[in-house]
Order: sequence, then structure tokens, then C-alpha cells
Amino acid sequence: MRFLFKTDYDDDIRLFPHSGYVYSYGLLLIALLIAPYVLSSYVMSQLVFVCIYATVGVGLMILTGFTGQASLGHAAFLAIGAYTAAYLQQFNVPFPVYFLAAGLLTGVVGALVGFPALRLQGIYLVIATISFAFIVEEIMARWESVTNGNEGMRVKAVQLLGATVSRDDPTFYYLCLAVLVLTIVGTLNLLRSPTGRAFVAIRDSETAARSMGINVSLYKVKSFAISAAITGFAGVLFAHKLSFISPEMFTLQLSIEFIIVILIGGIFSLHGAVLGAIFLVMIDPFLTYLKDDMPGVIAGIAATLGASPERAGHIQDAASAFASANGLKGAIYGIIIVGFVLFEPLGLYGRWLKIKLFFQLFPLYKRATFKRQKIYVKSERNR
Amino acid sequence: MLDFVQQLVSGIALGCVYGLIALGFVLVYKATEVVNFAQGDLMMLGGFFAFTFIGILGLNYWVGFAGAVICMALFGMLAERLVVRPILGYPQFSIIMATIGLGYFLRSVAGMIWGTDDFKIETPFSNGVLRIGSLVLAYDKLSVIAATIILCTLLYLFFNRTTLGTAMRASSENMLAAYYMGIPVKRVVSIVWAISAAVATCAGVLLAPITFIHSNVGLVLGLKAFPAAVLGGFGSIPGAVVGGVLIGVIESMAGFYLPEGWKDVAPYIVLLAVLLLKPEGLFGVHARKKV
Repeated sequence: MRFLFKTDYDDDIRLFPHSGYVYSYGLLLIALLIAPYVLSSYVMSQLVFVCIYATVGVGLMILTGFTGQASLGHAAFLAIGAYTAAYLQQFNVPFPVYFLAAGLLTGVVGALVGFPALRLQGIYLVIATISFAFIVEEIMARWESVTNGNEGMRVKAVQLLGATVSRDDPTFYYLCLAVLVLTIVGTLNLLRSPTGRAFVAIRDSETAARSMGINVSLYKVKSFAISAAITGFAGVLFAHKLSFISPEMFTLQLSIEFIIVILIGGIFSLHGAVLGAIFLVMIDPFLTYLKDDMPGVIAGIAATLGASPERAGHIQDAASAFASANGLKGAIYGIIIVGFVLFEPLGLYGRWLKIKLFFQLFPLYKRATFKRQKIYVKSERNR
Repeated sequence: MLDFVQQLVSGIALGCVYGLIALGFVLVYKATEVVNFAQGDLMMLGGFFAFTFIGILGLNYWVGFAGAVICMALFGMLAERLVVRPILGYPQFSIIMATIGLGYFLRSVAGMIWGTDDFKIETPFSNGVLRIGSLVLAYDKLSVIAATIILCTLLYLFFNRTTLGTAMRASSENMLAAYYMGIPVKRVVSIVWAISAAVATCAGVLLAPITFIHSNVGLVLGLKAFPAAVLGGFGSIPGAVVGGVLIGVIESMAGFYLPEGWKDVAPYIVLLAVLLLKPEGLFGVHARKKV
């Protein structure tokens, strides 16, 4: 086990606490850079979605994970980013300009949402963000001169430095990866700055933060704006990746998916956003596998266990009927959410920490290290 | 003028629907400070149980109704035991997510079992209208209004007059202190989930002639009932009904007088406005901060 000896504050807030970080993340970055030459185009396409979802995840993590303000309305910010891009693109605005404009506009809207949210807490904040998302969704559907209403809008390929970057191009993947990496590095820097410390302080105790001289309202609005702006950037990429956007894409369902990303990944760490995004994007291929291959595999297992061919056929039919049942995706979502909340509240990243600690402390690991303390309900009404 | 009164009355009827669902939210919140996002789906499931008893097994309406309520009360206890109890007391966000997950699960399982078609239950008040002058009111909507008033009164009395109700309020204030006072907190929480699921079932069965039963009805109505509960101030039983009626009237007025598209958004705009002015809702208790 490595003990880090810190002698001053700069040691404590270093981005790479020791050389191991440089090597492992360097290797990961190299692997991601050569990925387009190795992996199939289908996997690359999924990787682009992972990048986009992870970017949103990081944005949401700043707000929910680090400032402690729940939001079930992030699909609306994504929609604003996507629609800004699609609208400005019609007037031949260059990509970098509308990319930044989308982020800026979404950030301003985020700040505007932040103001009413200042006085709200817990469940009231959740419902306020849901209401906001509904209103945005309806505006997208009704403001036909700008958004083309329910018909949706086509989004052309990215024009970057005179070249056309189609959505399946490796360059587009690099673009998404660059946005993700910049977002993560930016967020890490933010979190070690006074602003980030203030966010965490507000999350842990608003009253304590205020009594330490933190302007709670200002930082909450900042957190909303930053989180929304990052989501807006992701929205531009999302629009380009799908090449068609319409209001019914940005529903409550999508907001819940974003929450699932950070919940599954682990809510208090940026690793979580990426891990969660990978997990969420993998659900669809997994369902396809379940539909196409799983029944055959189950029948094969049954046959080797000594079932007659006829019986194996029945089993295969039953399995495929189950796998293609309507709404299996919903059930799997439900089980995943409940399972993570109940059994792995720290998410996939928490699991990784446990595994790491197990090997670091090898014979001395105790399960109780991560055991949750029993908490008793106290009314939040007279807090 | 007649149009206005007709819209008002149908808005009130619609609002009672929301209020009835919101009652379930408020009950659970009042007793455990848990916000149950799966409330609408419990209602949907209750409707399906009743449909199974009445439509498929051919039982008498009232027998089927009672059967569905009892089954759902047991189901509510089961859901509480499996999903909520292990995380009771943890940050609200976890519990909200867990109940959202439960809702997903219930919706898709109901879709698998009963299919995705619309179902209808034949009720004694499916047909017929009440005429007062030139005002027209369908019996099925009247039944919802009546049920809302009755249930609201009963629950209000239950919470404020009975020992069990007081125990529920006590355990929501401070669970540990309630334990020390000898209140069987776990059982109390179980019971409140049973009651809330039973109320949801009443809503589901009474709504069956109006909205029909399909696996997504809970999500659609639940999302409307939720603003109702917030508007009234979460945790106030009369507030839930008043909030529901307000949302219903706003929705029906906006649908009649404003251009298309406002109908669905107007309740949320009003909700945001109210939250801006009074963050704890209309009937909510003002929160005092203690460190």
C-alpha cells in the first residue's frame, strides 16, 4: 500500500497525486485514441454515445453529486443545446461558434432555472425541475417557426476547418472524446478551486456553508449554470450524432436515464459518470443479445444437460418469448435502479474502490468498512 | 357563462381524480417523509387487479373492488418491506430513485401480464348523467368526487383523531424518538403503505370508466397528481385535494380558453409560480431552520 506524504496544500489538490495516475490514465487515453483503428464501426458508434452520456453525467454530477441539488430536468438542457445547434446551423454559422453559443445559451437558461430553485429543497426542487422540463418540451413542440414543431429538425454533418465530419467518422469520435476529456479536466480543476469546495460545502450542510461565509445562493446559481452549460455542449454533439431531433426525444425518460448514469456509476466521483454511461449504453446491445442469441444458448445448455431435442426446442421458444416480451427494458431498468440503490449505493465506482481496498489490505479487509450507518428518519420539515 | 360553469365543474371532477392520487402521495410522505414516485403505478396495478376480478373472473363489482383493495394493501406492504424499508432514513434522493425504479418495474410487468391494450370495467355508474338545469355531469365523475370527499375526510380524521394516526405523525417527526416512546415504527410504516396502496386502488378502480386501464395510466396521471400534492403542500391531506382541484380547474380552463398546447403546460407554470412565492406550497408548514 502506498502512503502519500503531503507537505503542503498544493500536494493535496494535485490533479495526479502520484505517478501511477499518469501511467494508468495515459494508457487509457492511448487506448481510446487508437480505438477507431481497432474496433468495429458499431462499437465506435456506441463509444460516441458513451462520450455524450458521460459528458452529461459529469454535468449532472456537478449539480447533483457535488452541490447536492437534485435535477430531473436535464433532458431539457440537452434539448436546448441540440436545438440551438440545429437552428444556427441553418444560417451557415460555423461549428465552433454555434457549439459555444449552445453552451452559453444553455448556461444562461440554467442560471435562470437556478434562481427559482434557490428557495426549494429536496422534493420541491425535483418537481420544479420536472415542471421546467415539461415546459421546455412543450415549447419545442409548439414554437414551430424555430423548432419546426413535432416534425423535428434535420441536423447536417459537422463542418470543421473546411472538412465535413460525418457522424460515423473517427474524427467525430475524436471530437466527442475531446469534449469529454476537456469537461472532465475542467471539472476536476473546478472541484479543487474555491468554487468547487463551496459546492461540496453546500452539499454537506447548507447552514454550515453559509456560516463559513459562502454565498449559498450565488454558488447554487453557478452550479446550475455550469451543469446546464456542459449539458448544452453535449446536446450539440447529441444532435449531430442522431442527425435528427424532435421534441419527443427529450422526455422525462431521458432525464431519468441521466440520473441512472450517475446513480449506477457512483454519485460522488467523476469516474462514476463515465462508468455509468458505459453501463447505460450497454443495456441496449445486451437486450439485443438477449433477444437474438440467448434462447439458443439456453437451449444448448438444456440439451447438454440431457433434455430431449423437442424439450430443448420448447425451452428455446419460451426463452425467446420472454426475451422479446414488451417492456422487458423497463423491467430491467427498474431492477437495476432498485438493485443499485439498495445494494450498491456507491455505484460501480464504489465497487471498484472496494476491490482495490481488498487487494491493498489483502488479508485484513473488513466488509464493515463500507457498511452504511443506520440512519433514522427525522423530519425535514422542521430542519 | 354556462360554458364557464360547465368547464369549472368538469375541472373540479378532473381535479378530484388528481387529488385522489395525490392523497396516496401525501399519506406516505406524512408518515415517513418518503416520496413515492410509484404511487401512480400502484394505482394502475390496483385497476388491473380489479379488472381481473370483475372483468375476467366475473365477480360482483363491489366484491371485486374490495378484493382489489385488499390485494393491493398486501402488495403495498410487500413493496415497502422489499424496497423502502432497507433505505428508510437515507437521503431522499435514494428513495426517490428506488421508487422510480419500482414504478418502471411495475409498469413493464403489468404490460407483460395484461398486455398493452386499454381495458374497461363495467361499473354501476358507467352510464347515465345528472342534469341540474342545463348543467350535465356524468355519474362516473360524480362517483370520483364523492369518493375523494369521503376518503379525504376519513383520512383527515384518522391522522388527527386516532392513536395510530398520531403514532404515524410522531414517527415521521423523529423515528428514533418514536421508537423510544414505544411506537412499533416498522409496523406503522407498513400500515401506512398498505393504506396508501388501498387509496391508490380506489382511485384506479373509480377512474377505470373515465381513463380506462392500461399500463401507462399510472405514469400519466401520477405526473399530474404530483404537482397537485406539491401545490397543496406535501404533507397536508386537505391540501392534496385542494391542490388537485386547482390543477384540474386550471387544466380544463386552459384547455377551453387558451390556444392549443397550454392545457398540458398550464398546471406546471402555475406550480412553478406558486413555488416561487410560497416554496412550501399552499397548505405546507413553514420550515424552520435548526442547525
